[in-house]
Amino acid sequence: MGEMGMELVKLLLLLGLAEAAVEAEVPRDSLQEELLLSPLPSGDLSATFQFRTRWDSDLQREGVSHYRLFPKALGQLISKYSVCELHLSLTQGFWRTRSWGQPSLQAPAGAELWVWFQDSVSDVDKAWKDLSNILSGIFCASLNFIDSTNTVTPTASFKPLGLANVTDHRFLRYAALPREVVCTENLTPWKKLLPCSSKAGLAVLLKAERLFHSSYHSQAVHVPSWWFSQRSEKKYPQFIIFKTDASCLSVSWELRQTLTVVFDSFASGHGKKDWSLFKIFSRTLTEACPLSSQSKVYVDISSRGQEKELLDVSPAPLSIHEAVVQGDRRTYAVYDLLNPALFNGSRSLNVQLKWKRPQDGLDLPAPVLHAQRYVSGYGLQTGEISTLVYNTHPYRAFPVLLLETVPWYLRLYIHTLSIITKGKENKPSYIHYQPAQDRRQPHLLEMLIQLPANSVTKITIQFERALLKWTEYTPDPNHGFYVSSSVLSSLVPSIIAMKEEEEDLSPLFTSLFPSSDGSSYFVRLYTEPLLVNLPTPDFSMPYNVICLTCTVVAVCYGSFYNLLTRTFQIEEPNRGGLAKRLANIIRKIRGVPPL
Amino acid sequence: MPDSHPSATKAAAAQRVLGLGVFSPSFRGRDPFLRARPGTTGGAGRGPSAAAKMAAPLVLVLLVAVTVRAVLYRSSLAALISDRVEVASPLNAWKRVVEGLALLDLGVSPYSGDVFHETPLIIYLFHFLVDYAELVFMITDILTAVALYLAIQDYNKVLFKKQKLLIELNKYAPDATELIQTPMEMYYIPLKVALFYLLNPYTVMSCVAKSTCAINNAVIAFFILATIKGSAFLSAIFLAVATYQSLYPLTLFAPALLYLLQRQFIPVKIKNKDFWLYTMQYTGLYLGSLIVIICLSFFLLNSWDFIPSVYGFILSVPDLTPNVGLFWYFFAEMFEHFSLFFVCVFQINVFFYTIPLAVKLKEHPMFFMFVQLAIISIFKSYPTVGDIALYMAFLPLWSHLYQFLRNVFILSCVLIVCSLLFPVLWHLWIYAGSANSNFYYAITLTFNVGQILLISDYFYAYLQREYYLTHGIFLIRKDRTDPMLVLK
Repeated sequence: MGEMGMELVKLLLLLGLAEAAVEAEVPRDSLQEELLLSPLPSGDLSATFQFRTRWDSDLQREGVSHYRLFPKALGQLISKYSVCELHLSLTQGFWRTRSWGQPSLQAPAGAELWVWFQDSVSDVDKAWKDLSNILSGIFCASLNFIDSTNTVTPTASFKPLGLANVTDHRFLRYAALPREVVCTENLTPWKKLLPCSSKAGLAVLLKAERLFHSSYHSQAVHVPSWWFSQRSEKKYPQFIIFKTDASCLSVSWELRQTLTVVFDSFASGHGKKDWSLFKIFSRTLTEACPLSSQSKVYVDISSRGQEKELLDVSPAPLSIHEAVVQGDRRTYAVYDLLNPALFNGSRSLNVQLKWKRPQDGLDLPAPVLHAQRYVSGYGLQTGEISTLVYNTHPYRAFPVLLLETVPWYLRLYIHTLSIITKGKENKPSYIHYQPAQDRRQPHLLEMLIQLPANSVTKITIQFERALLKWTEYTPDPNHGFYVSSSVLSSLVPSIIAMKEEEEDLSPLFTSLFPSSDGSSYFVRLYTEPLLVNLPTPDFSMPYNVICLTCTVVAVCYGSFYNLLTRTFQIEEPNRGGLAKRLANIIRKIRGVPPL
Repeated sequence: MPDSHPSATKAAAAQRVLGLGVFSPSFRGRDPFLRARPGTTGGAGRGPSAAAKMAAPLVLVLLVAVTVRAVLYRSSLAALISDRVEVASPLNAWKRVVEGLALLDLGVSPYSGDVFHETPLIIYLFHFLVDYAELVFMITDILTAVALYLAIQDYNKVLFKKQKLLIELNKYAPDATELIQTPMEMYYIPLKVALFYLLNPYTVMSCVAKSTCAINNAVIAFFILATIKGSAFLSAIFLAVATYQSLYPLTLFAPALLYLLQRQFIPVKIKNKDFWLYTMQYTGLYLGSLIVIICLSFFLLNSWDFIPSVYGFILSVPDLTPNVGLFWYFFAEMFEHFSLFFVCVFQINVFFYTIPLAVKLKEHPMFFMFVQLAIISIFKSYPTVGDIALYMAFLPLWSHLYQFLRNVFILSCVLIVCSLLFPVLWHLWIYAGSANSNFYYAITLTFNVGQILLISDYFYAYLQREYYLTHGIFLIRKDRTDPMLVLK
């Protein structure tokens, strides 16, 4: 009887465990994949992939050990270093805002990393250093070159996007490496983070030789955490949760992997704007990733203000979606890969787009906010950084937050800062300046500048070029030194009224930067990175210089030593040296008077 | 040197030179020079009419100096000059002073970055006077020149008394009278010193560039004036200010102390109680005022940040912007792991010669001061031409050494040619790109060799003259051949 009882208990225990295991296997994570194909005004084609892995669990709180869709490498990193938010982008090329329009999510050339840490982190600098080194290993990028000389702590430009109960900017670190070259070895580890890798779903299109044969390539990893309402599945950024009942919210982590490519098929001479998936990726889509809960392809078929339809997409889209994205009304043809009707006709999906009549130069209205930057001056002694910020909005003025990070070897002079709008001085309403320290810390300049409607604002600041130690120069010193892009963040007023979009329907990044109301949208722009030449010493000379300078010091020492230790004396005739005495002996023998 | 000199003429010459009633009062009536200026003084204190006579040329020099500066300030050359690396170093460039004030206006500590390296006193000064900067720098230069003028005038007086004393004590060889400085020779020296300072192109450029080096020079000039006037209190205060401003004037402590001791007729002897008492007093005054000034600076900005930012910057030489000194290229080309060692080796050069010089030039503190000033300007970490101008102002004071200088012509040519080549080679390297850094480096090297040889030449001449003064000009060897004087 006792035995029976024990068996029963065991059985019950086993059942209980099994039940618990079943409970644990209820997937609390999901994957959504999207591809947005939009023809750019210049005729080129931009393709933007986004893979969202959402996990409704708090990585920080629990001892999480079981990972399903969320990559373990990143998950462990986040919990070990108490990361709140992590944003990493690796970019090759420069997004030409002027001719390509507002980007969905721009990134500066090279590498960019910004991280918000939890307020429980005591030594942020050490955590930042370790984190960047580990990320460097994960993404095969030179992020290990991030040190105190290129790290800054912006006070206003980078706010946490999602769940971050820290607003104290001491827990933020930002660094950009404009010199970083992005290539296949960075793409492979990025693809590995995807649950289906590049075996199925939209990721099959990610063929390195096509992706890097482009004029702009930007891959990014964003790990924000959000508060999600359990009832409405609506996410809330930090600033809203005070209004809502926090108890019905749960934390969820999201990994957004994005990849933007601009194919220059039109610009590179083919002259045709027509494209198909196969032509640009040399692949077609056959299925959605089996692990994904959403898999869609969006094609931008907006008529751009013209009445007549100019485009022809095939196969015919199953649905059309209209949205207002970044102040612009857009129409998208949507292909849902999870919809079996899509693969009825053929086994694969090869989206094609044809222009009905040749386009003779679309006159693109310039984006509301865009900027350009350059270095002026000649010679290697001084110079000037000029930034032109354009506001083309016909009647609305808006403020823009400018962040400038300049390495210490260009010594900025803040008293030479001038901001000119329409010929008048424009005084920034907020200015935060942190001067550089030699070999320790870069310059950081943050300004809030009001841009009047329809204006160009010119911001100039002078700098002095430093002579570095010969070991501090990069391997090719005469190539120049990169200055990372300046960052412009702004809430741009929309010309068209926007309505609150249902998030799941609208494509891509409309959700990453939530707009506070319907009248404006958030834009973050990066200007061109700069290349500045510095004076160089002669690298072949160290020994010579050491010898020559020491000789001069020795000349001083020698002459002073002589004068200090000796006294004047009359030289008495001596019997001469050995040679003289020998000569005299010989002379004596010869009978000649001695010397 | 003259081959022969009848002894009768020599004796007459000695008395004429001294021009005093000491030996025979009857000489007085004969010498118009002495009649006009009775008394035993060499330079100053000849009554109001003489002072007025001297003041007129000084005022003229000052007017010319001010005019030159004012014209240059208004010309387009001013911007060009203030960008010159030879004139403005990272330590004293006017651009950086303005930057420091701008940072202060932004609410950022000027010492939080690595652009501003002036002392808090300078911020405080220019916080009020930034709009009158040109005027301030002109006045500073004039004050420096006047201070030097007065100092040298007083020094000549003392020197004259000293000469008289030594002649009375028969310390000079009887045939060395022609080496003794006459009041006639000494009369224009103060004016020449002022002229050399004010119209030296180096000083003019330094002033036009508004390099704060001019302020340091003024402080040092006041320190010299106070020392020569025998005011230990003021001397210690000005020395403390000078040290606080640029650290290296610390080494001027030794010559100042020696001069003050000499003025008080206290012999420099280890066993002498008065010597120690006076030394302690002076040291105490100096350190006390230094501490007061540093504490004042602390209260001005309420932080100690300025200590590493000013003195750390001077000593560790992190900024390698080219200048006329020896440091920049040497440390740009230095192997990283030897850097600290060589920084120590190079910095020690300024302080290294002070004690041997103090021993050697115990009796000649003023010449010691001059040599030490020159050593500072050669071996300081961020030298500018303004520093050089200060010790060059003293050159007329040693005009009596002229006959003993061996290669002054060549050295002056070297210095002039180098000064002209600096901007040329800078242009070729930085703007034209047709030369490289070695060209400019070579010129700084030559310039410094020129300065070093010039100073050691003066030093050599000084020692030689002293030897001749005590041993006589007409040295005779044992074997009656031509004498040859050598250092042994």
